[in-house]
Amino acid sequence: MPKTETKPIDKLTYEQAYAELEAVVNALETGEQSLDESLALFERGQGLTRRCAELLEKAELKIQKLSGESLEPFEEKE
Amino acid sequence: MEQMALFDATPRWTVTTLTRHLRQLLESDASLQAVWVQGEISNLARPASGHIYFTLKDSNSSLKCVMWRSDAARLRLALQDGLAVDVHGSISLYEAGGQYQLYADTLRPLGEGALYQEFLRLKATLEAEGLFDAVRKRPIPEFPRRIGIVTSPTGAALRDMLNTLRRRLPLAEVVLAATPVQGDEAPAGIVSALQNLNRVAAPDVILLARGGGSIEDLWAFNDEKVVRAVIDSAAPVITGVGHETDFTLADFAADLRAPTPTAAAELATPLTVLDMKASLAGFTSVLVGGVTAQLQQSRESAAWLDNRLRLVSPARRLQTERQRLDEMSRRWNAAQVHSLQFARQRFSGLENRLLALSPLAVLRRGYAVITKNEIVVTSTSQVQIDDALHVRIQDGEFNARVTGKG
Repeated sequence: MPKTETKPIDKLTYEQAYAELEAVVNALETGEQSLDESLALFERGQGLTRRCAELLEKAELKIQKLSGESLEPFEEKE
Repeated sequence: MEQMALFDATPRWTVTTLTRHLRQLLESDASLQAVWVQGEISNLARPASGHIYFTLKDSNSSLKCVMWRSDAARLRLALQDGLAVDVHGSISLYEAGGQYQLYADTLRPLGEGALYQEFLRLKATLEAEGLFDAVRKRPIPEFPRRIGIVTSPTGAALRDMLNTLRRRLPLAEVVLAATPVQGDEAPAGIVSALQNLNRVAAPDVILLARGGGSIEDLWAFNDEKVVRAVIDSAAPVITGVGHETDFTLADFAADLRAPTPTAAAELATPLTVLDMKASLAGFTSVLVGGVTAQLQQSRESAAWLDNRLRLVSPARRLQTERQRLDEMSRRWNAAQVHSLQFARQRFSGLENRLLALSPLAVLRRGYAVITKNEIVVTSTSQVQIDDALHVRIQDGEFNARVTGKG
């Protein structure tokens, strides 16, 4: 399992957090770590889970409009 | 039915109430609210208001028609008197003129199904090119980060799609490339929207959509350039054009065809935020379960080590040795007893065998053992006349002398 733990969890995007969470779970499932390593992985996994859940909760569809060669915010008309 | 009296007191209609009543009669007949009428255009008038007025005639009758500016703007047909057409619209009554008329919304050259013929021809051509082949269809990503939408910025289709995406995958980002989706400008608008969207925003998937309408309303989606732009799109395209029953050539060219704009937005988000929450919950239980199991295992292996430790401790060793000693002496004694018994058995067996082999046993049957000078005589060549022999029989012995040889 590559050590990606240098990146702070609250800077991760959903995909990053989710991908690392998957890796953590896979690693834990093989069970080849020492107990200390497992506990560290577990803590990291919990942090990643919280990060993912938080991102899912507060996600808000971002809508932009193509304007020439750039994107600008799109205001929905009610 | 009452007899109609010349001066009866039943309420009279005013012109207005009667006219309104007749209008309501016409409008309440559903079969008159969506009609195709075939005839020839006459008295065509196009005032500055933008509305179109004409009379539809055949050899016997005539029908006043009006087409409002909004519908007239979508006409791709140059109208003129004498043109034979199919007109679609609803029948109602113009109260001020006291005249029933056809409120036309669509108009096409007579008898043609011209559009349909064109549709079939183009479809066959593009099909022959292999543009609709299943092998060309690209997979729709499971989790699109950026979703492109090509549609009218004001239509209900856009609102439906945005609501669906907001509900299913608020993590995504939407980029709208606005374009008219009906009328003369629609095909070119759709083509450049698709191209620009791919070039500038590089979305993971594109929704090409518009709400329901007449086949003419959807016609831009049968345009050859639009079809080719769908094929050429870098991102996979999901179409959601019109209703369930509407099939356009863009639908055939798309990587995935959805029956409606809403359905297109659903197909673009196979994985919803709910699925993601569920899989997170799954991971949490795996995490907790995994570590709990490992802790449990560690506890068990600690207990096991403790056991092993006790097994190898000197105290235990001493006990073991003591026990072994006991065991050995017990076994020793048992072995002693056992071997004595065995020896006895063996001995009496030997004794019997010995007894059976004893010459004395043979002598009992009347045989004799003859020796000369302590040597057993087994052949006549061993003796001469007058030799002294020793004879042993079962109960004793005596001496004898050879008196002759036979």
